[in-house]
Amino acid sequence: MNVSQRFKEDELFVSGHRACHGCGMALSVRHILKATGNNVIVVTPTGCLETFSSPYGYSPWRVPWIHHVFENGPSIASGIAAALKAQGRDNERVIVIGGDGATFDIGFGALSGMLERGDDVLYICVDNGAYMNTGGQRSGASPLFSSTTTDPAGRHSLGKLQKKKDLPAIIAAHGVPYVATASPAYLTDLEKKIQKAMEYHGPRYIQIDTPCPTVWGFSSHQTLEIGRLGVQSGLVPLYEMENGKVTSVRKIKKKIGVEDYLKPQRRFRHLFSSDQGRQAIAQIQALANENIEKFGLLKEPENKNKETKPTKEEM
Amino acid sequence: MSVTQVLEGSEAVALAVKACRPQVISAYPISPQTHIVEALARMIADGDLDCQYVRVESEFSAASVVSGASAAGSRSYSASSSQGLLLMTEVLYASAGMRLPFVMTAVNRAVSAPITIQVDHQDTISLRDPGLIQLYVESSQEAYDSHIAAFKIAEDPHIMLPVLVCMDGWILTHSYERVSFIGQEDVNAFLPPFRPANFLDVKNPKTWGSYAEEDVLMEFKYSIHSAMQYAKRRINEIFSELAEITGRDHGGLIEAYQTEDAEVVLIAMGSMVGTIKETIDKLRVQGQKVGLIKIRCYRPFPYEEILESIKGAKVVAVLDANFSMGSEGALGMDLKAKLCNRPGAPIVVDFIAGLGGREVNEARIVEVVKKARQVGESGLPLDEPYWVGLNLKLVEEGAGK
Repeated sequence: MNVSQRFKEDELFVSGHRACHGCGMALSVRHILKATGNNVIVVTPTGCLETFSSPYGYSPWRVPWIHHVFENGPSIASGIAAALKAQGRDNERVIVIGGDGATFDIGFGALSGMLERGDDVLYICVDNGAYMNTGGQRSGASPLFSSTTTDPAGRHSLGKLQKKKDLPAIIAAHGVPYVATASPAYLTDLEKKIQKAMEYHGPRYIQIDTPCPTVWGFSSHQTLEIGRLGVQSGLVPLYEMENGKVTSVRKIKKKIGVEDYLKPQRRFRHLFSSDQGRQAIAQIQALANENIEKFGLLKEPENKNKETKPTKEEM
Repeated sequence: MSVTQVLEGSEAVALAVKACRPQVISAYPISPQTHIVEALARMIADGDLDCQYVRVESEFSAASVVSGASAAGSRSYSASSSQGLLLMTEVLYASAGMRLPFVMTAVNRAVSAPITIQVDHQDTISLRDPGLIQLYVESSQEAYDSHIAAFKIAEDPHIMLPVLVCMDGWILTHSYERVSFIGQEDVNAFLPPFRPANFLDVKNPKTWGSYAEEDVLMEFKYSIHSAMQYAKRRINEIFSELAEITGRDHGGLIEAYQTEDAEVVLIAMGSMVGTIKETIDKLRVQGQKVGLIKIRCYRPFPYEEILESIKGAKVVAVLDANFSMGSEGALGMDLKAKLCNRPGAPIVVDFIAGLGGREVNEARIVEVVKKARQVGESGLPLDEPYWVGLNLKLVEEGAGK
């Protein structure tokens, strides 16, 4: 069944919510729930998703959904998982869908505790690389040299001088059975990973790169294209780790330089107007190259120079 | 069938919690609370209690786990103290707002700095506003009984709020007292299984914890207050119902002790109440008309009962084991707020007593009564609270600077 056919099925995350036009997160959430089915309870910590999906009296959620506070998505989920176990409700599962602020930063302690305890929770981070709900402040997930409102590019600054936290690796180091990264630019891949994660028990983690037109600064029809460019540049590697080992990577079939990804985004615009900016781009390219090397994102060496026909989804 | 044993206060609480058949417990250590969750852990390890026990990485998560479990329809319990309770504060506000009826033991301990493990009520008083029902206990026996009542109060369909059972650290948690327990069948009859009308359920999906604005937030808050008001009546009923089973009557929202003809009425809560009662007995022998109101339920604030019991008093001495910096003690403020527009109201004197474990002994209580009498006779209220047992020499020498 292809993606367009599946649009016709009963949706579990329906229209009418208040996300921005072209929100990569809203699209991802819709497909997360297509993949999980309706036997899930969703926990969402404070953030964009909570705000745009829950104005009192309205709800796009057709599964039980709970928001509590910002820091405690994992431990609310642990409590629900414990309750389901205590009540023998074996058919119901718990997932968290939280932003990068909740996941990388303020809820990180709670997340680590939940992982260490081995609670049966799928934690999905919809990562847009900054605190978008409050207008785009720097988070531990903000990429190197991105301009955010609390770490802005200026006459004496190139924006964020630190790399994005490698959270999937930190999570994998807890010894959890399943870790993956995904992108709404590759929806079939995203749904497959959610489905696979649901086959495992215990703590699992999926990090989805969700482009944000409003704060990244691109036109709202470009969401999937920006997501795809991120993947093709090597800056957003898509992979799976099972029991601590990388078990699959999505190969880049049409590699691009990082400038092609950075240039359409306002958050990186400052890099294109100075020599220091150009040096910064070279550093970002080095990060992409590291990813390509580390995960083996390109085709095998013997195929390296061979023309490959990209699949429809990769176009 | 009732059994009487001499055992540690923490153990008595754990036995009460066990008897209430919790489905989820979260635990994080902090003195002087830890013995309670340790006792529960042993019961589970020995197969005497069938319960999900979640060993969390912080008090923030301890409160969150019981919140999530409660939202999913499980009877849930946790315990904490001092800094731990403060770390939970944000969670507890949200859980009261979302009407999640778990029970926690709040083992009272002073709040840093300076860091200490000694008792006072600053921690739970700092949690007086979120919509948590707060019960205070005088003895291990009352702690046992109040925990059993607490689940029934919390889970009442018209209340649905978290309940804190506040008990003084060390003095109650770590001392050995004689405690009588009621039989499991009596507890089961008194406290039926938790069956909330709403819970997180895939068969009946609902949205919890919505974003609200100026058109509805006030109504949410008012409805918590309404539930608190209703709870006053219900708590009295639940206490009476339990008293019939146990044969022990600790009183209702308050216990009025020798107040009928009292000229001086003391108001206090927690373990210092026992010492005050003994002191009153001695003062009564000397012919002094002194009485006591013990606050059993601090939130909702039972001012109707208090006002009724101090009708004949000339002066009311409030003993606050807490202090609002730059102002005064919380209980004194609460009482004065309710008295201020009533003609003929007695003078209220606020005493700050027992901070950081400073002993509240017979001599100090006699001092409180004497001071209160002086103020009552002078007819001139004190502008500032009176700090009982304060060593001003240490302050002058630079303590705290």
